[in-house]
Amino acid sequence: MADSTLVSMRGITKTFPGVLANSDVNFEAKKGEIHALLGENGAGKSTLMNILTGLYRPDEGEIWIKGEKVVFRSPKEAIAAGIGMVHQHFRLVQPFTVAENLILGSPRPGRILNMKQVEKEITSISKKFGLEVDPRAKIWQLSVGEQQRVEIIKMLYRGADILILDEPTAVLTPQEVKELFKTLRMMADEGRAVIIITHKLHEVMAVADRVTVLRGGKYIGTVNKKETTKQELTKMMVGREIELSSNQDDYNPGEDVLILENINALNDKGYPALKNVNLTVKEGEILGIAGVAGNGQRELAEVVTGLREIQSGTLKINSKQYCNCSPLEIIDAGVAHIPEDRLGMGLVPSLGAVENIMLKEYRKKEMNKGLFLNHKLLKKKTGELIEEFGVKTASIDSPVKLMSGGNLQRLLIAREISCQPKFIVASYPVRGLDVGAIEAVHRILLEQRKAGAAILLISEDLEEIFALADRIAVLYEGEVMGVIRTSETTVEEIGLMMAGSREGEKVS
Amino acid sequence: MENSIVLSIMAAAIIAGTPLLYAALGEILAERSGVLNLGVEGMMLAGAVSGFMVTVMSGNNWLGLIFAILAGGFMALIHAFLCVTLKANQVVSGLALTIFGTGVSGYLGKSLIGIPAPVTFEKIPIPVLAKIPVLGPVLFNHDALVYISYILVPLIWFFLYRTNAGLKLRSVGENPAAADAVGVNVFLTRYVYVIVGGMLAGIGGAYLSLAYAPTWLEHMTAGRGWIAVALVIFAVWDPVRALIGAYIFGGVDALGFRLQAMGIMIPSFFLKMLPYIFTIVVLILATRETHKKRVGAPGSLTLPYDREER
Repeated sequence: MADSTLVSMRGITKTFPGVLANSDVNFEAKKGEIHALLGENGAGKSTLMNILTGLYRPDEGEIWIKGEKVVFRSPKEAIAAGIGMVHQHFRLVQPFTVAENLILGSPRPGRILNMKQVEKEITSISKKFGLEVDPRAKIWQLSVGEQQRVEIIKMLYRGADILILDEPTAVLTPQEVKELFKTLRMMADEGRAVIIITHKLHEVMAVADRVTVLRGGKYIGTVNKKETTKQELTKMMVGREIELSSNQDDYNPGEDVLILENINALNDKGYPALKNVNLTVKEGEILGIAGVAGNGQRELAEVVTGLREIQSGTLKINSKQYCNCSPLEIIDAGVAHIPEDRLGMGLVPSLGAVENIMLKEYRKKEMNKGLFLNHKLLKKKTGELIEEFGVKTASIDSPVKLMSGGNLQRLLIAREISCQPKFIVASYPVRGLDVGAIEAVHRILLEQRKAGAAILLISEDLEEIFALADRIAVLYEGEVMGVIRTSETTVEEIGLMMAGSREGEKVS
Repeated sequence: MENSIVLSIMAAAIIAGTPLLYAALGEILAERSGVLNLGVEGMMLAGAVSGFMVTVMSGNNWLGLIFAILAGGFMALIHAFLCVTLKANQVVSGLALTIFGTGVSGYLGKSLIGIPAPVTFEKIPIPVLAKIPVLGPVLFNHDALVYISYILVPLIWFFLYRTNAGLKLRSVGENPAAADAVGVNVFLTRYVYVIVGGMLAGIGGAYLSLAYAPTWLEHMTAGRGWIAVALVIFAVWDPVRALIGAYIFGGVDALGFRLQAMGIMIPSFFLKMLPYIFTIVVLILATRETHKKRVGAPGSLTLPYDREER
């Protein structure tokens, strides 16, 4: 059986300044199998695969490909050895066509390009694997799912027999995920080794043959899927048993806090991003916004926080109209915003915790002493908040960019919640956080709901939405496909709506 | 009579546009690889002075041209080392090189001021073609460097859009991470095209001192390097549009001289301002258009690439 092993990585160690990303990690993948690399964010999965693809060089350890010891000095050598990777953030050149992206870096088309010939080859590959895509389309015109197909075809075009996919399902609808898994199985059956990097257990159970678990950069073990359970994998992954909080309280919504009526808005490129959106969020409820990323979620969050111009329609907060008001007026109306880009939009990376906390309130009289800021008071307040929300930081004056993602999010939420908001917009509030931090963020949101705040929760993780939201609205291409009580729907129904069918419609 | 004035202005526009064209073509290549080179002005001056100096010493203008290419390429190598290897700020490095080039060329050229070039790039009317009415005198009665630029434009266009190496170059400028992931050597690519860009700027400079003037004057580029940088934006990083743009600028430049010579009562200061005012206007218009049409600067322009950045 030794000859069926395509990849063998032994004792891999890799450090980045201040971080031990991989420590003595072993990994092995065989011909014809789908092998899941499982671990929390920051467990070192991507680092390990970036070493395999020649992007990073390991500090220690050996890599064996098809029985031969190799040292990759660059991605080129890894590609030549038959390794192909679909990165989580696609490595596609946006203004190029599909065909141009596929042949990029490949010597196969020759020095002078014959695009017709290339397009023919691409069509034959995409037909064979059911990965349909127009070779002449420009990448920026494609949906995320289509872009992923381009990435997969790219690997096949290069004749890769070791395929690595980094978090391939993060951007797909449940139906697209099923299609992807079918394709992956087909590729494995043809004698390739397929490696998927993931932190989602249900995907591992659905598609993998074997699972290797990493935690904190360390190798925990490799198990056959058939001989394991979700519980065991969780324990391997997290190192302890955990319970995620969920919304089990009674649903007693109060008055409408946020009302959107026929809202239309454009995206950054000037195309319609929100089309006749009607939504309400009531006191003491969480409205979850489900949808594949890029279907208007960002624009929705920006519209209700005053960051994006409304083309037409009305936005009411506490029955007062706030159309095209400045963000300041909307903050004064009691709106808190937890943006998706916490270090870009939420916090100022190179300022300390005190400055970041005061950003929203420095105008208030009590924060000032005449012309100057009341530093004593601000420091005291920051200290209290940091303690209350369990933010771990070396010093309240050191730049916040040095904090981990979970601590950043705690700090940001602390600032937003401390204003006692009536309405909270939370965009992907747990993206990139580890399980402990997710738990904390969810608990805080549920507490705010109990305290009577209206919460708009935007997330691409259906499990999160089902755990927290009272009602779910689905956005698809900027339109609301429907709003349903969480207790009256299923993941399948929401998944269909995410793919564009309306509430109540049935798709066979 | 009127006709011959128009034709001579058009021919002068091509001559005045040629140094801009060389510099802009070089800048297009460098920027397509993702490196902004604001040192063009300095590289042109370095090319102008070294080309002139070698020509004076050797009596061979082609040898002078080779040294102009080497001088421009050498300065671009410094830029590449600073920006690609050391990942320094491209704007600062470019500005420093322009200041450096201005200073060094002024120093080296001190003893050369006022000497006429012993040999220059002479006009070579192309047989047959030069006889075509209108087009002949405008396009085909020039020196060798103009003809080379005619060939260079379609060559670079074909290279950029129809060859594998051109695809690699464009991908490095748009998305170096994507290029790197498929095995394109980002660092080497950037080095090569920054240096080639500097060499072309060197030719542009040599054209001024060996064909256009043809003599050496301190700071004789008079901002042409900057106009070339602006021209690249106007041209939306396309060599064919750069050619059109260069000749329009050349035309504005030439027009200023002619109006002066014709004794039209506009103070010469205003006429000399023309190309620069035109630059500002063109930039405003071009920028508006690029925003509308979703075409624009290479995606990673001015951004150093660091593979292991997390």
